[in-house]
Amino acid sequence: MSHARTQAPRREAFGSRNVFILSAIGSAVGLGNIWRFPYVAYEGGGGAFLIPYLCALLTAGIPLLFFDYAIGHRFRGSAPLAFRRMHRAAEPLGWWQVLICVVIAVYYAVIIAWAAMYTWFSAQLSWGAGNEESFFFSDFLQMGDVSGGLSTVFVPQVGVPLVIVWLVVIVIMALGVKRGIGAANTVLLPLLTLMFLVLVVQALFLPGAMDGLNAFFTPNWEALADPAVWASAYGHIFFSLSVAFGIMVTYSSYLKRKTDLTGSGLVVAFANSGFEILAGIGVFAALGFMAQAQAAEVSEVAGAGIGLAFVAFPTIVSQATGGSIIGVLFFGALVFAGLTSLISVLEVIVAALQDKLGWGRVRTTLVVTLPLAAISTALFSTTTALAVLDTADAFVNAFGIMAVALVAVIVVAWMLHKLPVLQEHLNRRSSFRTGLIWKLLVGVLAPIVLGYLLITELIAKISQPYGDYPVWFVGVFGWGMAIGLVIVGILLALLPWSGRSHAKDDPEYDRFLEVEDYTPDPETSSIPVADSGQRGASA
Amino acid sequence: MTAAAITFMVIAMVTVWGGLAAAIVNLVRHPEQTEAEPTPPVEL
Repeated sequence: MSHARTQAPRREAFGSRNVFILSAIGSAVGLGNIWRFPYVAYEGGGGAFLIPYLCALLTAGIPLLFFDYAIGHRFRGSAPLAFRRMHRAAEPLGWWQVLICVVIAVYYAVIIAWAAMYTWFSAQLSWGAGNEESFFFSDFLQMGDVSGGLSTVFVPQVGVPLVIVWLVVIVIMALGVKRGIGAANTVLLPLLTLMFLVLVVQALFLPGAMDGLNAFFTPNWEALADPAVWASAYGHIFFSLSVAFGIMVTYSSYLKRKTDLTGSGLVVAFANSGFEILAGIGVFAALGFMAQAQAAEVSEVAGAGIGLAFVAFPTIVSQATGGSIIGVLFFGALVFAGLTSLISVLEVIVAALQDKLGWGRVRTTLVVTLPLAAISTALFSTTTALAVLDTADAFVNAFGIMAVALVAVIVVAWMLHKLPVLQEHLNRRSSFRTGLIWKLLVGVLAPIVLGYLLITELIAKISQPYGDYPVWFVGVFGWGMAIGLVIVGILLALLPWSGRSHAKDDPEYDRFLEVEDYTPDPETSSIPVADSGQRGASA
Repeated sequence: MTAAAITFMVIAMVTVWGGLAAAIVNLVRHPEQTEAEPTPPVEL
């Protein structure tokens, strides 16, 4: 337990495997499960979508989840440190992932703030029946035009809850992995599940609910012949599981040495999908009610994203008996699902700086989160928030997460040839063994699918200007941001690591390598390394 | 709901929630090891 050299703070750890699993599920289950999956499935063939969906889960989602777990657990570091320990030249990949998390954190927080306000509005029916759409865009967001530049007009009903959201997550982050992140997930995830179950049961009793489920589950076989449907299944699984942008690498680095990685990963992956099926049932039962109330078809009211959550759901809340309860449960669930995901995104950044600078928890948390909170509040509590959010989200997903995932699997599998190392590490401690198939899925199928998705996105975004935004606007918050992440990532990797950082001084890692019989890391070297003859030999 | 819709609802629930149940059972059968214990022989 103790070690002679304790210059850098000890690496934090989750209290137990179950807390890690809850936190990983909390990260994976986010807004996308609730507001994106139901519509993606409905559009992609309803019941028949299950086939591409399960295919994508088993052949891409789970293998990539194992890939992330293996990197984080084998190299025991935040994304930049883990990639650096794999190979010096791979470090920029980690910083690219950290910067993606910076962008996501900044806009994700404001959606939680909206959902928190809507939890309150639901109890009061503040929007007034029939006025849901204009209430959201005009009264609540006070949405303005971006053609005249970014607005500096402060919208208090967004800004104030946004600041509160940041204060809450700052406290959780400052408390650390065990007492902050672990404890928050242990409370919030069961609560979220319970609330959602009650919501689904209530939605099922609404008149018209069965029509909604009918529309959701009726298979449309023709959709399966469309490659776009398969692409959307892979794309969805990929975003839904929070793989490839550092979260799972960071979380798995906090696991004890002997942890069943693949066994835990399977629970996380199926729990995430289980939640999506539940969300599909709940959302479409509610949409079936809305269609019946408006004497419309389910296809006419079905939607996704912000429109579904902040326009369609308030409409359902206004019209249903006991609607306020549905609204409070739905928006409360969005808040909790969002918080647990935001925490995981922030942890990628905090962990990276902790490793790089060798600083303590509280200091790093404050240095990371206070500027992010300030940027988030400045950009997203004004009247141009929605335009910035929409553009940043679309571009960071396509040219951030998807691009870094593609580059990471190619670099690790084909340039560094590390898949056998990762596979061996997984199999040494896990109940579900990985073999040649896993290597083929990660090394061959994943790059093909990700490459296809990325090229499709590139063509789509180049051939047609994104949204109806001005060129400069998409240039700055879309393309400029996405390219900037790569450049800044490379620059951050060029900065030297402090002598107190975990890259230079990590007795725990040295001990881990020794016990596991892995080659010692010449950089940390509290264990003498034959070919380096560098610093301290106190093993 | 039509028969096809009900069938697919049941298939979705069985595969995904069944998969979750199977994954949990597998994990429970492989309890967390403490650091001090020697590695038991690999089963399965």
